[in-house]
Amino acid sequence: MGIFQAYKMAIKSIKSNKVRSFLTMLGVIIGVAAVIMAVALAQGSTVSITEQISSLGTELITVRVTPFNTNRDITWEDFQDFADDNSDVFSAMSPLISSQTTVKSGISTNTVDTTINGTTADYEMIKKQGVQEGRYIGDIDIDFRQPIAVIGTYTAAELFGQEEAVGKTIKLQNRLFTVVGVLTELEGGNQGTVDDQIIIPLSTAQRVLRNTRITNYSFLASSADAVDQAIEKLKSYLLEIYGDESMYRVQNAEQMLETLDSVTGTMMTVLGGIAAISLLVGGIGIMNIMLVSVTERTREIGIRKAIGAKRKNILTQFLIEALIITGIGGIAGLLLGCAAIWTLGRLGVVPSVYSPFWMVFSFGISLLVGVIFGMFPANKAASLNPIAALRHE
Amino acid sequence: MIQTDHLTKHYQMGDNIVKALDDVTLHIPKGSFVSIVGPSGSGKSTLMNQLGCLDIPTSGHYRLDGIEVSTMNDNQLAEIRNQKIGFVFQGFDLISKLTAIENVELPLIYAGVGSRQREMRAKEALDKVGLSERIHHIPAELSGGQQQRVAIARALITNPPLILADEPTGNLDSHSGQEIMGLFKSLYQNGNTIVIITHDEHIAEQAQRILRILDGRIVEDREVS
Ligand SMILES: Nc1ncnc2c1ncn2[C@@H]1O[C@H](COP(=O)(O)OP(=O)(O)OP(=O)(O)O)[C@@H](O)[C@H]1O
Ligand SMILES: [Mg+2]
Repeated sequence: MGIFQAYKMAIKSIKSNKVRSFLTMLGVIIGVAAVIMAVALAQGSTVSITEQISSLGTELITVRVTPFNTNRDITWEDFQDFADDNSDVFSAMSPLISSQTTVKSGISTNTVDTTINGTTADYEMIKKQGVQEGRYIGDIDIDFRQPIAVIGTYTAAELFGQEEAVGKTIKLQNRLFTVVGVLTELEGGNQGTVDDQIIIPLSTAQRVLRNTRITNYSFLASSADAVDQAIEKLKSYLLEIYGDESMYRVQNAEQMLETLDSVTGTMMTVLGGIAAISLLVGGIGIMNIMLVSVTERTREIGIRKAIGAKRKNILTQFLIEALIITGIGGIAGLLLGCAAIWTLGRLGVVPSVYSPFWMVFSFGISLLVGVIFGMFPANKAASLNPIAALRHE
Repeated sequence: MIQTDHLTKHYQMGDNIVKALDDVTLHIPKGSFVSIVGPSGSGKSTLMNQLGCLDIPTSGHYRLDGIEVSTMNDNQLAEIRNQKIGFVFQGFDLISKLTAIENVELPLIYAGVGSRQREMRAKEALDKVGLSERIHHIPAELSGGQQQRVAIARALITNPPLILADEPTGNLDSHSGQEIMGLFKSLYQNGNTIVIITHDEHIAEQAQRILRILDGRIVEDREVS
């Protein structure tokens, strides 16, 4: 008897009990759908986080210093000197003071709550955001503590509506500032984005915001290859001036991506474990139903054996039955999973990521589950004594 | 055809040993029509299991169609059953989800015969038992007598040297029973070897030879006149 015959027999017995076969498959369907959905969620969210991190640029290195740092004599000019001294690995450096404040229009009653960033001219290069009108802040503005501002398009629209912003004045902490430029719109002019901010000279900010402590520095490595060396130099410099590693933190997109990678890895392991358990449960379901089926069909097995079925014929028949159930269940699970991934993508929850490896893998696992959990019932059926089986009611 | 030699089958029941078959020496030549009779518990089914190669004896020998069977393993026995024996059981014992013709084809599937040949031979066998009209019906759609005829067609399909029937009329009314016996008789006339196990004396009388069994021993062996 060939495999094809065993296959036909199995199909027949699956068809003869459709509802039960479907319920048996359900465990596998859910298991497989869960696996590929879990993987897609993990990979989809990784993709979107990776995009966000990469958009910062891998050359960007951020240093955060605690406000309670032990060395009060360090100024941002020291960092500037350090960057200039190491221009082989650093192409730009800028300190940053940030604050959330209400700003008033100098010509109307309009106000807006926005982020004030006090920084230097290099910030333009570091953030890769120039101006679409007017000019950016320059070194001279910092030297002379100029009351000027460069504002985002959202902020401009909130304060001046359709009117030209450059040349107008704004009121910040009761001081008047002249708008000298409008930042290039990068994120659709939306609230809470880089289009919603005001950039003023660092020195002006220190006075207006009454904050001389700079805790945030951005460095731009001269190239992607220089990043590691730049971080190295920066760390030893920081250690030298602060003498305590807990005083500062150095961050880089590359390193964040690595961290993300390991987080994703952990997430996949956890999800894989959960998925494996759900497939295991599906497998136990299959074993359970098949054991019932063997008992129910004892007489049939007896007849088959009496008329010449060998042990291996019965074994293959039942094993193939388990394989077909898990196979169909696996395919249905894949379709269900893909439909769910597509829907989530459509709804904008996570980007749709279809991973062929995981699809093949989870389908393979479902077949393996079929073999492993089908083996015990199939073996039980194949081992039945024909005389006892024929006497079975 | 059948030659048993001091065949015994013992069952261990707790401390006692049940001698279900006790030293049975028996010869059934090719082309015979034999019935085995005896009261309940006398060992008829045990003998049938031995003759049908469903089980091996505790001691003694059994040669079927010239082949020593008593020392074979399960797989070899399955092959012998497939090639040498056609079974007809009391409860018809068809597979309920298969149609008449699929049931009849089954022994050929295990013999590895191709589908076209199978279909042809199954139709032929069903024709022999007068059921060519109903080949695509499942057992539930057939009467008891018709089901038993399907079972006989299944027993015939491999052209086995021996047809073994255990109470083939036990579940049938006397009219259908008589039809089935008529079928066996015509098979006998065509040269098949037939062994029927029954406790119905009336059925037994229709064979050519009667073997009476009691407590696992053959106590009577006579030709029917
Ligand atoms: N598997 C078994 N284990 C133990 N004892 C058995 C077994 N099979 C049969 N026997 C015993 O062997 C004896 C003969 O049984 P057997 O089934 O051959 O009788 P029978 O003539 O077929 O009876 P019936 O007409 O009721 O079918 C009985 O005493 C029975 O209890
Ligand atoms: Mg019996």
